[in-house]
Amino acid sequence: MKLKTLMLGAAATAAMAPAAFAERGSDGQVNVIMWQAPSTMNPYLSAGTKDIIAGSVVLEPLASFTPEGEVVPRLAAEIPSVENGGISEDLKTVTWKLQPDIKWSDGTPFTAEDVAFTAEYCMSPNGGCAQLAKFEGVEKVEAVDELTVRVTFVSPRPDPFSAFVGAQSPILQKAQFQNCLGEAAPTCTQQNFNPVGTGAFVVKEFRTNDVISFAANPEYRDPAKPAFATLLMKGGGDSAAAARAVLETGEFDYAWNTQLAPDVIAGMEAAGKGKNVAAFGSLVERIHVNLTDPSPGLPEGERSTVKHPHPILTDPAVRKALSMAIDRELLTEIGYGPAGQPTCNLVPAPAAWASENTECFTQDIEGAKALLDEAGWTVGAGGVREKDGKRLTLLFQTSVNAVRQDFQALIKQWWSEIGVETELKVVDPSVFFGGDAGSPDTFQKLYADVEMYANNFEGSNPEPYLARQTCDKAPGPENQWQGENTSRYCDPEYDRLIAEMTQIVDPAERGAMGRRLNEMLTKDSNAIIPLVYRGTTSAHANSLGGVALNAWDSELWNVADWHRVK
Amino acid sequence: MTDRLLIEESAVNAPAPGAEALPPADPPPQAPARSQWRDIWRQFRNHRGAMLALVLFVAILLFVGLGPLVWTIDPGFVDIRARNQGFSAAHPLGTDQLGRDMLARLMAGGQVSLAVGLTAMAVALTLGSLIGISSGYFRRLDAPLMRLTELFLALPLLPLLLLMVTLFREPLGRAMGPAGGTFLLIVSAIGITSWMQTARILRGEVLGLKEREFILAAQSIGTPAPRMILRHVLPNVISPIVVAATLGIATAIITESALSFLGLGFPPDFPTWGRLLYDAVDQMQMYPWRVVLPGLLISLTVLSVNYIGDGLRDAMDPRIRGR
Amino acid sequence: MLSFALRRLLLAVPTLLFISLVIFLLLEASPGDPLGDVPLTVPPEVKERMREALGLGQAWYIRYVLWLKQFFWVEPLYWFDRAFGTGFSEGMQRIISFQSRSPVFDVIAERLPQTLTVVGMSYLVGVMIALPIGIISAYRQYSWFDQIGTFISMVGFSLPTFFTGVVLIIVFGIKLQWFPSIYDTTHRVTDWDSFVVQLRQMAMPVTVLALYNAAQISRFMRASMLDNLRQDYVRTARAKGLSERVVVLKHVLRNSLIPVVTVIALGLPAVFGGAIITEQVFKVNGLGQLLILAIHANDMPMVMTLTFIFAVLIVGFTLIADLLYGVLDPRIRYD
Repeated sequence: MKLKTLMLGAAATAAMAPAAFAERGSDGQVNVIMWQAPSTMNPYLSAGTKDIIAGSVVLEPLASFTPEGEVVPRLAAEIPSVENGGISEDLKTVTWKLQPDIKWSDGTPFTAEDVAFTAEYCMSPNGGCAQLAKFEGVEKVEAVDELTVRVTFVSPRPDPFSAFVGAQSPILQKAQFQNCLGEAAPTCTQQNFNPVGTGAFVVKEFRTNDVISFAANPEYRDPAKPAFATLLMKGGGDSAAAARAVLETGEFDYAWNTQLAPDVIAGMEAAGKGKNVAAFGSLVERIHVNLTDPSPGLPEGERSTVKHPHPILTDPAVRKALSMAIDRELLTEIGYGPAGQPTCNLVPAPAAWASENTECFTQDIEGAKALLDEAGWTVGAGGVREKDGKRLTLLFQTSVNAVRQDFQALIKQWWSEIGVETELKVVDPSVFFGGDAGSPDTFQKLYADVEMYANNFEGSNPEPYLARQTCDKAPGPENQWQGENTSRYCDPEYDRLIAEMTQIVDPAERGAMGRRLNEMLTKDSNAIIPLVYRGTTSAHANSLGGVALNAWDSELWNVADWHRVK
Repeated sequence: MTDRLLIEESAVNAPAPGAEALPPADPPPQAPARSQWRDIWRQFRNHRGAMLALVLFVAILLFVGLGPLVWTIDPGFVDIRARNQGFSAAHPLGTDQLGRDMLARLMAGGQVSLAVGLTAMAVALTLGSLIGISSGYFRRLDAPLMRLTELFLALPLLPLLLLMVTLFREPLGRAMGPAGGTFLLIVSAIGITSWMQTARILRGEVLGLKEREFILAAQSIGTPAPRMILRHVLPNVISPIVVAATLGIATAIITESALSFLGLGFPPDFPTWGRLLYDAVDQMQMYPWRVVLPGLLISLTVLSVNYIGDGLRDAMDPRIRGR
Repeated sequence: MLSFALRRLLLAVPTLLFISLVIFLLLEASPGDPLGDVPLTVPPEVKERMREALGLGQAWYIRYVLWLKQFFWVEPLYWFDRAFGTGFSEGMQRIISFQSRSPVFDVIAERLPQTLTVVGMSYLVGVMIALPIGIISAYRQYSWFDQIGTFISMVGFSLPTFFTGVVLIIVFGIKLQWFPSIYDTTHRVTDWDSFVVQLRQMAMPVTVLALYNAAQISRFMRASMLDNLRQDYVRTARAKGLSERVVVLKHVLRNSLIPVVTVIALGLPAVFGGAIITEQVFKVNGLGQLLILAIHANDMPMVMTLTFIFAVLIVGFTLIADLLYGVLDPRIRYD
């Protein structure tokens, strides 16, 4: 409760700006530990969360997301809307008004030219920009005058807040990066490590994958901020060591991503030096059911493709029974504690899109058994059900991760209770998520019957996320095994609704449609079995004030407001 | 000089110890071999540390081998209401974070760990001895074999293992079942990536040995190379081999846990000692027994193998036998 | 001896080139993708563009030759320029890491100090403990000193550093608060006080690694000493009336060092390779952490360069070990 008021308070102060804090730099140093060490400061060259967080200390976007998922202005004077004329009636142009008198940390003024340049930087060919998706559908970005930027889209955009919104697409300084366009982008090491920004801090020393020292930005727009004179961001170790350094030894003030078993965290918090906080975005741990046949007997290139439907899992009763046998509340309690909530949805937020789908919360072993009996799956040798000579035996794969392995053990047990035999398999995460078309172990290839992983979407518009579950997004040899429809779900009605959605503007109507689509994937077909709605968790020392954990944007989005609690 | 030569000669003329452990080029007559083994056994029995270690090692083998017949709880059975329990009658060594019985898991884990440790050590030792002794003994093989050793030392381990797993996990799993396939894969992975040190050490030893008088003497009477190696070279390099064997078991058990941790090892529902230890490290402060038990078992195994090795070496050394 | 060394050095060049080719092909063939770290929210088309920007669109042999050129031509030129202020390497592309887009050698230079201080120091300490322990253990075989030494070294070797490291942190970092649990790589030693701080932050990682190294080396030392103590030349030496000191330290030790030298020399390149787990546990962020991160991120240029430097060191130290055999045992002849 106390935490929530603290977070709301911090969000409010961030939105309303100057609160009466002490003068800039009066609180000394703040130490942040990121166990996955940042490797660059330029989020356009690396999409890794660690690098985006490091970049957000220096670089700022035009607008940020609050912990509640709302858009608030940063470098912009206001959020454009149809009402204030910022968004055109045909939804094809967005006009951003910039705050006047903002200076880069080198003392030069921040102008609309810099914003236009940033778009040019990311959209230039051969640059390998990691955030290109943010600029998808952008026709041009032009500086109308010193403080006005106009973004023109190819087609109407009901939700235009992708480019320049959030820590993934902050503004770069034109003067610094103008020689780093296209192919030259990777060679600009000096610029990528020491970007000039408008944020609360500037880089003093950058050591890749090790440690970054920051100092307060002398040109920051609020003369009273940041309260800390220096910020040290140390990398290395693992999540347990990071949590220990904050909660037990007190050497650090803030630890990013302290994903640990709830009882371990509770034991560390007992030392009384700090606490673990969680924030919820859109991350859902789920099981994808393979609707195609992964049997190794099939020729390479035909395994796990739509050519061969799965012999067992195409039976909707089996999929439903698998879902019913799972106790999501227990999984959440054991694996995530307060940093998780059981869920039956693929899209758990924002509120307008989250469907009221809670019937899966109660585990129903007996119901699942009855369902299988009814579908003709009878208990055979060794307690494993069979039908037409096919045994209910599944290969269940996931990435290496202590919590996921616990989940595997639990789910294997529940499935064995309803007569489903499970063989477990784990894959190194860098291979599992690596997407190497030559490897049989990637999550896209899914050479297994079921697999478990987590995924989310950026910003507050789930439409592109849902659009990745259409028929043509099923991974296969023709698209080099890319695409995220790993269940190989294919329903013409779903594809039709997705196409229809791009034309709809009314937020309420979009939300209703999103809920419908979500239910088609989960409740109706059980092609995807959602398990836990996961939060991001971080630990901070009791003496560190102003922390407002944010799952929609960089966790350090409001680092300017951090201060020492006296 | 001459008297040294004589003494060395006499040592050589005594039946070569240890040679019978390997298939000899021409089988020696049965009777002397048996009496020699009896000799070694008698000597070994007098070694108090080694006997104690042997008893301990057999006890560990019985614990993991026969234990599961007595204690029949399934090590993978999840009893979520009984999680994180201490020692009790139902669970003599407590339960883990999912309520699985620790005693059963330690037994099951020991089977895998010991099998992997002993086999991988044997593979590495065989490869290492073969390559090390041949390159030290045969001048012509020295350069190519040592360059091969350098190549293997230089190869980055992790990509190599990832490649092996990608190529062979599925075909092997299909042919031998998931556990059997993984076992073969892990044992060969550890074996072929850890023979280099043994090979280098043995080569150095053999190089020195080759110039010794008794070898020269044996050569001058025309002893064929295989017999030279088995009867004269091998028995004299037994002590670095014993040390390498002891260290090899420990390394193999730990490497196996690292491999499982990276997703390159056994499926997650196969407990191993290394893995039990690794998984419990985060919870060390709350449930210290969970790290102490597997750690203790690994250490005891390595210690007992070490003392058995010490005893064997002493027993097989003709110079101190019968002292 | 000299001609032997020269011949070996010449032979080392094709060996190393072959090793580099094998490493390159291995990295090429092993699964994984440099963009594996990129979140799933980035669409595949964007990933494809990023991959091309990394130069992965080209065939492997072109990339291999390019790497050879960069390693053997561009980098030496660059460092020559740095040293003499010339401009030969102007406009040439150095080896660039996929992860950070910074020159690989700059990062290695950044990491070298902490690796050499922590891992190098622990190796030195380990050897310095191991040799006397091995000698005394063998000389007084089955004495209480030997028994305790054996016990400690076996336990030290059989317990993995991910466990011993965390135990030390919990006892000395959390409970007693004597030493910091996180190594500060930016710390500079300027005076006595900062030197003490440096010693304190080195204490735990050095202990863990030294224990591990000492355990291994002392076992080999002891075994080798035992073998030699039973040789007849020892009896002869004693019979000649030489003092026990001379017999053990001069005759026996010198002969016993041959296998131990191999172990020590083979361990030295590993010092450069860093200690992956210990560096991770204590957040030392040296070369070991660099290598493991690069492998996980499939950062080909970084892994390739690091492992190749490693290979050069292995070949070099093997040669040194071979030469040392000749010094220690005059009977071994190279011709």
